[in-house]
Amino acid sequence: MIPAAFDYQAPTTLDDAVRILADAGEDAKVIAGGQSLLPVLRMRLAAPTVLIDLSRCAELRGVREDGGSLVIGAMTTHYDVQGDHLVREHAALLAMATDTVADPQVRHRGTFGGSLAHADPAGDLLAPALALDCEFVVAGMDGRRTVAANEFFVDYFTTAMAWNEILCEVRVPKYTGWLAHYEKFNRVAQAWSIVGVAAALRVDGSRIAEARVGLTNMASVPVRARGVEDALVGEEATPESIRAAAEHAAEGTSPTADGDGDAEYRTQLAKVLTGRAVTAAMTA
Amino acid sequence: MTSTAEPEVGRARLRKEDARLITGRTRWTDNMVLPGMLHMALLRSPMAHARITKIDTTAAREMPGVIAVVTGQDLAEEQGSLPCAWPITEDMKAPDAPAMAVEQVNFAGEAVAAVIARSKAEADDALESIDIDYDELPVVLDMAAAIADGADLVHENLGTNRCATWVYDSAEAGSGGAIDDAIAGAEVVVERTYRQQRLIPAFMEPRSMLVDPTGDQITMWSATQIPHILRWMTAAVTGVPESKIRVIAPDVGGGFGGKLQVTPEEIITFLMAKRLGKPVKYTESRSESLASAHHGRDQIQKLTLAADRDGTLRGLKVELLADMGAYLRLVSPGVPILGAFMFNAIYKMDAYKFVCTNVFTNKTPTDAYRGAGRPEATFGIERMMDELAAELSMDPMELRRKNWITHDEFPFTTVAGLTYDSGDYESATDKAMETFGYDALRAEQQERRDRNDAIQLGIGISTYTEMCGLAPSRVLGALRYAAGGWEHAAIRMLPTGKVELVTGTSPHGQGHETAWSQIVADQLGVPFEDVEVLHGDTQSSVRGMDSYGSRSLAVGGTAIVLAAQRVLAKARKVAAHMMECAEDDVDFTPGTFSVKGTDRGVALADVVVHAHVAHDLPDGVEATLDSDATFDPENFSFPHGTHLCAAEVDTETGRVRLRSYVCVDDVGKAVNPMIVEGQVHGGIAQGVAQALFEEAVHDESGTLTTGTLADYLVPSAADLPSFDTSRTETPATTNPLGVKGVGEAGTIASTPAVVNAIVDALRHRGVNDVEMPCTPMRVWSAIQAGGAR
Ligand SMILES: Cc1cc2nc3c(=O)[nH]c(=O)nc-3n(C[C@H](O)[C@H](O)[C@H](O)COP(=O)(O)OP(=O)(O)OC[C@H]3O[C@@H](n4cnc5c(N)ncnc54)[C@H](O)[C@@H]3O)c2cc1C
Repeated sequence: MIPAAFDYQAPTTLDDAVRILADAGEDAKVIAGGQSLLPVLRMRLAAPTVLIDLSRCAELRGVREDGGSLVIGAMTTHYDVQGDHLVREHAALLAMATDTVADPQVRHRGTFGGSLAHADPAGDLLAPALALDCEFVVAGMDGRRTVAANEFFVDYFTTAMAWNEILCEVRVPKYTGWLAHYEKFNRVAQAWSIVGVAAALRVDGSRIAEARVGLTNMASVPVRARGVEDALVGEEATPESIRAAAEHAAEGTSPTADGDGDAEYRTQLAKVLTGRAVTAAMTA
Repeated sequence: MTSTAEPEVGRARLRKEDARLITGRTRWTDNMVLPGMLHMALLRSPMAHARITKIDTTAAREMPGVIAVVTGQDLAEEQGSLPCAWPITEDMKAPDAPAMAVEQVNFAGEAVAAVIARSKAEADDALESIDIDYDELPVVLDMAAAIADGADLVHENLGTNRCATWVYDSAEAGSGGAIDDAIAGAEVVVERTYRQQRLIPAFMEPRSMLVDPTGDQITMWSATQIPHILRWMTAAVTGVPESKIRVIAPDVGGGFGGKLQVTPEEIITFLMAKRLGKPVKYTESRSESLASAHHGRDQIQKLTLAADRDGTLRGLKVELLADMGAYLRLVSPGVPILGAFMFNAIYKMDAYKFVCTNVFTNKTPTDAYRGAGRPEATFGIERMMDELAAELSMDPMELRRKNWITHDEFPFTTVAGLTYDSGDYESATDKAMETFGYDALRAEQQERRDRNDAIQLGIGISTYTEMCGLAPSRVLGALRYAAGGWEHAAIRMLPTGKVELVTGTSPHGQGHETAWSQIVADQLGVPFEDVEVLHGDTQSSVRGMDSYGSRSLAVGGTAIVLAAQRVLAKARKVAAHMMECAEDDVDFTPGTFSVKGTDRGVALADVVVHAHVAHDLPDGVEATLDSDATFDPENFSFPHGTHLCAAEVDTETGRVRLRSYVCVDDVGKAVNPMIVEGQVHGGIAQGVAQALFEEAVHDESGTLTTGTLADYLVPSAADLPSFDTSRTETPATTNPLGVKGVGEAGTIASTPAVVNAIVDALRHRGVNDVEMPCTPMRVWSAIQAGGAR
């Protein structure tokens, strides 16, 4: 179908965008790459009165270094994140997860910020962002505030942002030299994850010194697999130790049931994929 | 015109139609714009079974740009009932099938109101202002429950959900013995129940139609496979004389049987254009397409296979339930019946019985989908052969060899009463086995089993045949089908040397323009480039039975050959006259006539002009060489082949990865080997899709939960292995080209090959079936249930 009629605004600065959003009220929506929003509009599951297109706000695009962190603009496309050498070097996990998102067409349009703001629990960037303790910089009429990753994702398709706030950038601490892998499990190439596991490891000699593991689609929000992390730290990475650690993967999760997987199956996947993610990271 | 040294038939030519199809710079129906054209949008029922208690269209009529809003009540007088051309039994129950629901809706997605507006956006907007109330009725979804005593009824007035029961019994037909005797006397009896899940044809171009009532004739463009049948049936349904209707199928983007239909949408658009006196266009959205265009498959198959301990087959009993959905569409009831003749496949046995009960449910109607009846049958028997082999601890290929019809036994009349004219199962199988590396894979399989590897390997076999070239009209008549199975071709020899071939087939992606040009070029000795193929317009292609059932080449191609022979017969008379010799003394080598034993000759091109200007024709010869022909086959054609699949099953996640896929198909003479290969590739992809990915799922309220392409998983190249395809060529003996058809072969063969491979990988773990589609969760669950860890 064709979306219901809406007004269209394309501000060129973030300040304008924030003001237009505040003026337009709760029935307005910002549009980034449109890859999640347009299907919703076309199926008339939502009918915003105003669409505020962020694609002309140049300040929201690109990756830069800021001391010990990387700053990724919300409007940076998946394609640009994938190919960015700073991301590859300091936050390889994010680049790897982005590689698995959808297909090239979608990756050229869809944005880093749009994915995170959309907060689809099956989206592939949420778990890495959580595992890496990213910070979300959000702009509203009262200025900017920063939200920690573990507070940003609230529920299915729900974040800590108010209706009149815009995600402008994401700050990623540098994980230079860390090993990483994103293990995605889906049924066809361009599909979302049934379960995904994001793993980043710092290795000291032959032992795992630090571990960060996040799970995709194991609850209404991304989940940090703390039990796995704790079990890995200080261990030699042997098949046995990895398998033992991975057994903790489903702790604290509450997976949904759908045609692709019931809770039992998702639990199994979480464990198997965790083992594989850690193993792949170690051998990367 | 020169004679081509190398024959055109057999050349892997690039398809002449591809540039325009791939770029989209062509006449897709939705690309067309007519002056004053209006747009239609349809309101569809979200309920699967309900009475419409109120529809108020007042507000919608007031919306900007709206010209008209109609409900089923408004169309009740004119819309008639959609046609079902295949009443398979005398006592078949057929519900009234209005294009737009009048008082009751019987599946979710059924049209309940239409808005016609100046723009598509305005029409869509107005839909939301239609106020409609439903009174819910109990929803009938499960076939077994539907035919149990006291079941809720889809159509109260029919008094039952049983549509019809159709039986083939070899004892009664005289083609074999009694099945009960065969089973009673057998040493081994294997019984299984398989589910053919519901599938959606998912053609790339959504259905689209544009009806122009301007003038004395009503013209309907439609993205259809069947312009000729559509014209006929539109006349029958609406009462508008057929002579006042012109149907054009312009370029059509795929169909897979899904556009072998006379749709509610076409009838509604037609009636609205006629009523308003303005062109009206309707193009469905993807979600509308998935929910309301007809679905395919959806059978429960109970199979009993009886054999001796040495593997010799004794008999096969097939008991089917086939889901018709809520209504009977064009050939719905006949689809499972097409499988009746194929369950016995390439095997010899003493007795065979097929009993199929068609059932109504509150789901989207089912109808033809690539293979139509034959994939179901092939799946059933090829799975059963593997089960029997396991039961007998026999190699599954060995079991097949023991039972198939050998090359020297053709022509062979089967236990289902068909006569297979030709085939060479030995050659195709030997070639496939060699390429596949069967023995090495079996060794690796054993090795992985021995070390209890997380990745297990399975080998799947499918030695299929199918019946193509639908169909001998006499047979169709005997099966109570309402139409014939012939095909028509006309050749127009233009005075400039160009040739127009008018075909009654209706390509929608198959490449007929290329293949038909190759045939004409060889027959007449004209350059390939000089042949123009016209199709799909009932005003130029005046007669035809359209494209489905792998019929176009075997039937339509033969009509081309016959028409070309008539052109040449006439040309020979004219050439003899021109060369002043007796007709018997005329020789023809492609492109040129000559007087036997002399160097006197005349080019076909000159004969064409001579016949066209008609200044000096022999007595009794009419002007022009134009000729036409209609061909009605005497028998079906029977392509066959051997498909081998190696699948890796990840026992920890249940994921199936196809490691290699080898097939050797025998489709008779390949007119264009590249097109054949393309059809095989696409066919395998679609068959693998049934095995692993696709399923139309309804929730308990009858709502389709796989209503977008994010949920209905059509695989892409990234999800498939690279296929190793090759051919043997055993010419069909029933047509002059020796062709058999290839449109459905890959789909028919590949599904059981894949599932057999999965089961083979896991049999040692106590698994003997995985329901399709074999999703990772289903495979993993089957392993858990198998319990042999
Ligand atoms: C075929 C297909 C396959 C896909 N497969 C995957 C996959 O495998 N994995 C995966 O992770 N994703 C997948 N996606 C989703 C894709 O990653 C999208 O890019 C992403 O979900 C949304 O990004 P966008 O820029 O398109 O956002 P939009 O669609 O423009 O917006 C999405 C939502 O976020 C809001 N929003 C966007 N930007 C901001 C902002 N800066 N501040 C506040 N709110 C904002 C919008 O208002 C809207 O509600 C797929 C999409 C498609 C179409």
